[in-house]
Amino acid sequence: MPGESVMTGRLHPDARYFQIVALGSLLFINFSLIDFGARPLPSAVAIGTALLTQLVCSRLAGLPHLDLRSPLITGLSLSLLLRADALWLYAAAGGIAIASKFVFRLDGKHIWNPAGLAIVVLLLTSKGVWISPGQWGSEIWFAALTGFLAILVLGAARRADIAIFFFASHVALLLARAWWLGDPLGIPLHQLQSGSLLIFTFFMISDPRTAPDAAAGRFLFAFAVAVLAHYMTFFMQMRPALYFALIILSPATIMIDRLLPAKRFNWADPAPQGASR
Amino acid sequence: MRYGVVHWLKTGVAAAAILAHLATGPASAFCGFYVAQADSKLFNTSSKVVLARDGDQTAITMASDFEGDAKEFAVVVPVPTFIERKQIGVVDPKTIDHLDHYTAPRLVEYHDEDPCHPVMMMLATPAAAMPSPVHDVAVVKRYGVTIEASYDVGEYDVLILSANQSNGLVNWLTDNKYRIPQGAEDVLGSYIKQNMHFFVAKVNLERMKGLGNNYLRPLQVRYQSPKFMVPLRLGTVNARGPQDLIVYALTREGRVESTNYRTVKIPSGMDIPLYVKDEFGPFYKALFERAVSRENMRAVFVEYAWDLGWCDPCAAEPLSNKELVELGARWIGSADDGAFRTNRYSGAGGADAFVTRLHVRYDAKSFPEDVALMETKDRSTFQGRYVQRHPWQGPSSCAAATSYRSELPARFAQEAKTLEGLTGWNRTDIVGRMALTGQPIK
Repeated sequence: MPGESVMTGRLHPDARYFQIVALGSLLFINFSLIDFGARPLPSAVAIGTALLTQLVCSRLAGLPHLDLRSPLITGLSLSLLLRADALWLYAAAGGIAIASKFVFRLDGKHIWNPAGLAIVVLLLTSKGVWISPGQWGSEIWFAALTGFLAILVLGAARRADIAIFFFASHVALLLARAWWLGDPLGIPLHQLQSGSLLIFTFFMISDPRTAPDAAAGRFLFAFAVAVLAHYMTFFMQMRPALYFALIILSPATIMIDRLLPAKRFNWADPAPQGASR
Repeated sequence: MRYGVVHWLKTGVAAAAILAHLATGPASAFCGFYVAQADSKLFNTSSKVVLARDGDQTAITMASDFEGDAKEFAVVVPVPTFIERKQIGVVDPKTIDHLDHYTAPRLVEYHDEDPCHPVMMMLATPAAAMPSPVHDVAVVKRYGVTIEASYDVGEYDVLILSANQSNGLVNWLTDNKYRIPQGAEDVLGSYIKQNMHFFVAKVNLERMKGLGNNYLRPLQVRYQSPKFMVPLRLGTVNARGPQDLIVYALTREGRVESTNYRTVKIPSGMDIPLYVKDEFGPFYKALFERAVSRENMRAVFVEYAWDLGWCDPCAAEPLSNKELVELGARWIGSADDGAFRTNRYSGAGGADAFVTRLHVRYDAKSFPEDVALMETKDRSTFQGRYVQRHPWQGPSSCAAATSYRSELPARFAQEAKTLEGLTGWNRTDIVGRMALTGQPIK
C-alpha cells in the first residue's frame, strides 16, 4: 500500500501539489466552463482566510516552518462545497477549519478534518449556509474521478487506501440498496455522480492527518462512515450526510489507533515530527 | 369499462381561460414594456406541480394537461405518510395558472431615445395582456393491500393504500379497473419497500355533475415528512417520449435546487430581434430545447427565482395571500384577498415567501431516479427575460444621429447571432425576417 511503503517525500513529490492542481482546475472549470455554483469573491475569501489563519496559528504555536499547502487545499475544498448568503460566512469557514487543527489535537494529530468540521459547525450554527450538491455533470465527474485516482496511483498520496475503502463501501451499500428495492442499475450509478462525494472521498476522509494509522483501522473507519452516512441519507433524509457522519465518527479514530497501533503519519517524513502541520 | 391510469402527474385541468391582468411592476425600477410570456401551455405533455415547503411540511398540488374523458381519469401518487381527509383538497385551476403566468419567461421591450436629445425618461409601466367514504376501510388480505382510508374529495374518490408487495398492489389496481402500464410493478415495489403509501384518485362522475364543473380541479395533498422530492418514476414507465414538468416551489428561506441533478439557469437577459415578439412562444420553446440538449437532458432548469413580495417586471398581477395559502403556503399568516407583501424589508418579521420555477424535461433514461430537492438560503433573483430594443425612428439629424445610425447594423447583426445561438434557427431566415421588420443588416 502506498501509505505503508518506504517511499517517502524525497522520492515522490508531495501529493498535495497534485491535489492543489486538481482542485484548482475544478474551480477554474467552474468559473470558465460549467458553473457549479462557486463564485470568485467567496472563493478568494475562503482561501485567503484559511491561509491567513495558518500563518497566525503557526506563529502562535511557534512552528519552525510555515506550510501553506494544506490550508490551500482546505480553502479550495470549501470553495467548491460551501455556499453561503453572506461573505463573512466563507471567512468563518476558513478560520474555523484551520484553527480547529491547532486546537483539537491529540498525540500529534488533529481529530477532525478541517474543511469537514467547518462545514458541520456552520450548518449547525448558521441559518445562511448550505452545501452544493456537487452536480458537475457526467463529463467533469468522470474527469475528476480519473484525476483523483491518478493522484492515488502515482503513489504520492500516502495512506490513500482509505479513499478506496470508503468509495468501495459506499458503492457496495448503494448497489445493495438498489438490489433490495428492485431498482435498475441506473439509479445507484446516478447516485454516485456527485462531485461533493468525490471531494469528500479524496480530500476529507482520506486526510492522512486524521485517518487511523493502521490499514485495518482505516478500513474499519471508512466502512463505519459509509454505513452511518447511508443511514442518515436514506433513513433520516439528511442531505449533507457525509460530512456529519465523518465528524461524528472522527473521535473514534483515537480509540482505533489505541487498539490498532501503527506508525503515525507526517507529511514531512522522514523529517522530525511537528515540522509541518 | 376500465379507468385509464394516467400516471401520477397527469391530474386533469381543463384549459382554463387566460385572464387578462394589469402588470403592476414598480415603474421606478422598470422602464421596459412587458409584452409576452412563454407559459407552460407551450409544451406538450406537460405537468405542473406546486410544492409548498415549510420545514418538514409539504403541500403538493398536481395539475396536468389531461384533456380526455373525465371517467378515464385516474391517478396514483406515492406519498411518504398516511394521509388524513383534512390533508387533501382541491385547488382552483386558475390559481395555478396565475402562478404560471406570474413566473413565466418574459419578453420585454425598450425604445431607444432620440440620439440628438438624450433625456432620462421614465416610462410608465403599461398594461399588458396575458394571457366521504365510498369504500369501507378494509384490509384486502388476498392482495396484501390495505385500504387505509377512502374519502370523497370534491369530484374525486380518493383511496389511501399501503401494500406489502408490488404484485399484490398491481393486481388490486388492475382488478379495480385501473390500467397499470407494463413495468410499473418494479417501481411500485421500490416505493413499497421505502414505506411509501399510495394516494389513488379517480373521478366520481355523479358528484362532478352535482358540482356543476366541467373540468377537473388540481388535487392537493399535504403531509409532514423530511422527504422533499418529486416522484417522476411512475410517469416514465411506458411514456411515449420525453415529458415536461414544471415545478413551482414556494418556500420561506430561498431558492430551491435539485440535490441529485444539475440545476441550471436558463439563458437570460439577451437582446433579440424585434420580430420575435410575434413568435415568442416558438422562440422560447426552441431555446428550451437547445438548453436541454446542451445538458444532455440531465438538468433541471431554473426559469424564475424571486421573492414573492415584489417583481420586476411583473408578468402578471402579484399573487394574493389567499392564493398562496390555497397553494399551501400556510405560513404567511394571512389569507385575505390582498396582494402578498413581505415584511422582510420592514423589519416586522413574519411573512416571507420565495418562488422557484423549475422546468424539467425527462424520460426514464436521463432521469432514472426521482428528483430530490433542497431549499437553499439563496434569495438572489433570477428570471428568464429576453429584451427587444426598438431603434429610434425619428427624423433626427445631428452628428450623434449619424453615428447612432451607423452603429445599428452591427447591433442587429449581434442580435441575429444571439438568436441563432439561442434557438438554432437558420441564420438566413433570421436575417430575412429582420430586414422585413426594420432591422436590416447590411
